Amino acid sequence: MTKYDAIIIGAGHNGLTNAAYLAKAGLNVLVVEKNEYIGGAAVTREMHDGWFYSSCSYVCSMMRQSIHRDLNLTKHGLVLVPYLGTVVFADNGDTMVSYNSEEAEYNQLRRRSPHDADAMFRFQADLARYAQLIRKTLLRTPPDPTSFRPRDIKELLWLAKEFWSLGEKELYEYIRFFTMSAADFLDDYFEDDLIKAAMASPGVIGTALGVYSPGSAYILLHHVMGDVDGNIGAWGLARGGMGAISHAIASALTEHGGEIRTNAGVDKITVKNGKAVGVVLDNGDELHADIVVSNMDAKRTFTQCMDKNDLPPGIYDKAKNFKIRGSSGKVNIALSGLPKFNNVPDNRYINRGGQGFVGSMETMERAYDCWKHGRWSEDPFIESVIPSAWDPTVAPPGQHWMSNFVQYCPPVLADGPWTPEKRDAFGQTVINKIERYSPGFKDLIVHMEVRTPHEIEAEVGLTEGNIFQGELTIDQLLFNRPFPGYAQYRMPIKNMYMCGSSTHPGGGVSSACGANAAREILIDLKRPNTVPEDDFYDE
Amino acid sequence: MHEYDNIIIGGGHNGLICATYLARKGQSVLLLEASNTLGGLAASREFSPDFRVSVAHSLSHFSEAVSKELRLADHGYSPCGEILDTVGLSLDGQHVFVSGAQISGVNASDKDNYVSYMATLKRFAGALKPFWMKTMPRIGTTRLSEITTFGHLGAKLRLLGKKDMGEFMRVATLPSRDLMDENFDSDILKAVLSWDGLIGSKMAPRSPNASVLNMLYRMSGQYDGAHFLPSGGIKSLIDALHGAALAAGVEVRTGAEVNRVVIDSDDKGLCASGVELSSGEIIKGACVVSSADPKRTFLNLVGARNLEIDFVNRINRLRSDGYVGKLHLALDSLPKFLGVDNPASRMIIAPSLDAIEFAFDDAKYGEYSESPVMEIIVPSVKDMSLAPEGKHVLSAHIMYLPHALKGGWTEAAREKLYQKLIDILELYAPGISSQIIDGEMLTPADLETTYLNTGGHWHHTELSMDQMLMMRPTYEAAQYSTPINNLYLCGAGSHPGGGLMGGPGHNAAKEIIGTKKKA
Repeated sequence: MTKYDAIIIGAGHNGLTNAAYLAKAGLNVLVVEKNEYIGGAAVTREMHDGWFYSSCSYVCSMMRQSIHRDLNLTKHGLVLVPYLGTVVFADNGDTMVSYNSEEAEYNQLRRRSPHDADAMFRFQADLARYAQLIRKTLLRTPPDPTSFRPRDIKELLWLAKEFWSLGEKELYEYIRFFTMSAADFLDDYFEDDLIKAAMASPGVIGTALGVYSPGSAYILLHHVMGDVDGNIGAWGLARGGMGAISHAIASALTEHGGEIRTNAGVDKITVKNGKAVGVVLDNGDELHADIVVSNMDAKRTFTQCMDKNDLPPGIYDKAKNFKIRGSSGKVNIALSGLPKFNNVPDNRYINRGGQGFVGSMETMERAYDCWKHGRWSEDPFIESVIPSAWDPTVAPPGQHWMSNFVQYCPPVLADGPWTPEKRDAFGQTVINKIERYSPGFKDLIVHMEVRTPHEIEAEVGLTEGNIFQGELTIDQLLFNRPFPGYAQYRMPIKNMYMCGSSTHPGGGVSSACGANAAREILIDLKRPNTVPEDDFYDE
Repeated sequence: MHEYDNIIIGGGHNGLICATYLARKGQSVLLLEASNTLGGLAASREFSPDFRVSVAHSLSHFSEAVSKELRLADHGYSPCGEILDTVGLSLDGQHVFVSGAQISGVNASDKDNYVSYMATLKRFAGALKPFWMKTMPRIGTTRLSEITTFGHLGAKLRLLGKKDMGEFMRVATLPSRDLMDENFDSDILKAVLSWDGLIGSKMAPRSPNASVLNMLYRMSGQYDGAHFLPSGGIKSLIDALHGAALAAGVEVRTGAEVNRVVIDSDDKGLCASGVELSSGEIIKGACVVSSADPKRTFLNLVGARNLEIDFVNRINRLRSDGYVGKLHLALDSLPKFLGVDNPASRMIIAPSLDAIEFAFDDAKYGEYSESPVMEIIVPSVKDMSLAPEGKHVLSAHIMYLPHALKGGWTEAAREKLYQKLIDILELYAPGISSQIIDGEMLTPADLETTYLNTGGHWHHTELSMDQMLMMRPTYEAAQYSTPINNLYLCGAGSHPGGGLMGGPGHNAAKEIIGTKKKA
């Protein structure tokens, strides 16, 4: 029987990235995937004839440039296309379009509020500065503040130096930003509610927090620190859907000699004498490896795929308490034509950006309140994109597909578990809301696929359907992610590692978790490092 | 030519403490209080003829150091060793009793977990405790004594040990709900234990980042956060502070509202040189120390025209809206809460964390909840002077009430809320409505008008992570000094915060004395 150097559980983008870097270092690696297709949540699937849905994640920005280049993903077929503009819709039917032209953008903000138009420059400059610092930490392993090892102390000092280089005033502003709510943060800049709502929406995406919850300002940053081809803060789409990212990485992996096995779900991670030695598949097959890397979330890894008795005391409880709350739904819709929206200028570029059905700050917060009560809001916040407007490969000619991300959607309803009827009612709520802003929208629908956290968990394996594999709150960030003392990708069992978004720096299709984990594994194996440093082209 | 070395604005506990420390250094001190009684939110208030109560109705973390150093015992303050039981009331009579280290009314696993939970939190609180009574220096300070403070803090955290330190870094920012869910089963116990981390702030159980820190702050008291009433009530504390101030030579003037701080300029820039009272009288002082909240101090008393724009923006941005209201009832006899034998208990009506969360949800949209949550005590059980013989006073903190109610706090809105509260009380203490002689409902807006604390906020400004420690109220005024020379802060808006603790008054006095020594 073949023994692998490393088995990676889960062929999501992080698992594949991790495997690619290990293979590049000469290791004999196998990626096992429970589904018959690879990609995890970065996936493209033909759910309806001729329509290719990015059925889970739908846009891309956080993907590390250095990984993109290092693994030569462009050669492997990855093309990222930036968004052009966004339209946001207010409760009262009012709309606001974001333009790529600074002047157009300024003028149209001015129409709403001269004060806010001026403040936008300050806001964007501030955010860019905050993002710059965080970006530097993405491809680094978090230090352990409780350790006295030279590497940790050196890394802590580096962090301190980076923070300090902001200057005293900035430092305080930074702490402030890091801990406050998106609403409070935006109140510092803007007066117009729709502008605030438009800016606040990234602060709650994928998160079980509201725009008024402390800590949501940071999540907002998490969504603006990416880039598309070096355009900081820009969002884009992968041509061919998000699966193109996974496929490009997989192609890089196989080029380096790695192996991928689909239809191979892992039942248990085998532990002998306190060391991980392999996995048992759902079909009973046993596979052996020197190291096991889990790309599953921390909760699933420890509470479902490991024997509690194999774990050191306390770890099971840490995993059980790991906050991984499902809060988002997804509705993929095949359309027979491009929808027309009320109060939006007839400009084809506008449809090439996103649509944000934000309503107002209060509407967004009230949708969160509904989530707390275990139900979905009748007036949810929806972020939509129509990728087929500029990617002809994802829908038949002349037809379109629309991705609708819905916040909030509870993992379990107050009146019991999800049923197909409730799921469809949830989908109906979403299209009803869009219909309000786009009369005739319903008539365009050819096919639709509704996903609640329940479906996301069942298909991708994300516990509770949490898209980040764990909440991005301070208690679960940096050296606390996933648990204090285990933030350096090594798990409490020898020869076992984690490489999913449950680890630093968290979710967002960045591939950073997988790459960072690979670096740590190679250090332990005393192999030369194959993982690139991040490149800071914006400095 | 100055008439006084120091003029203290505001006769709340922090103003009194600061004044006394300064006077004990031989400086001349004038303390000015706008109202006719000292004590600020802790002042006795006759809300109905012969019925008195203070807004702050119990103590949890009043500084032992201040009490000792100012010899408050000599002036009649005695924090007797008896703590108030905290009772989580349940409609079905299955109350949860928390009495220091003892709890009852919960299952065995909750009882076990409570012991380890308290032990852990006490260790965390112990590590932080020294820093509440110290000035937190600016980050990046180059002064050795200040760097030592940071070194000390680092050492304290390290000394918790690897496991505890890691856990502290996680727990410190955890929403209280998660902390409770990790440890306990009983809904009422969870609500009761998270109560002290939430009250007085714009935070609910699901709010991350500051509620556990607030809890640890309140645990710095002599009974590890358990509430108590000194014999003689809150009044005895304020009287003792007053007595200590007089004994130290502080000149106290009540009914003297400060209209503005007189700003002059000297070779170092703008400086405070005295105050102008609303009567128009100008009093000169070498040093002006304000225990008023930061917004009032800078925007009303100093005036934006005397400050840099950036600084004014910062002060404007301070989040200072209070969310706690106060219900006072004059009762003709002792109220009887079902299943509560000890009338000197602190009773909490919050059946679950969700009940608190949902009460908060209403307030964030400018409404008050259909089911408010509250903390009730009957202070007249311990302090007979509050009510005529045989009669009693009920005092309750009500959460969450918005400072600005949609449609305004009209008489009708207030009456409706008052009735709602009586109805809730009636469920837990049947017959209480027939015992009521008189009552009043103070909204955050009323607290603001009565006590001149902006927004009616307990802590003068939100005790959230970005407004704590060396960022309280804002980094340019966090070491009690301000951009105006000779103007200092000593109120709850400064580190460490409010809640009848005394830290700001104590720390401010130390800073002022230190500065004068150097000069």
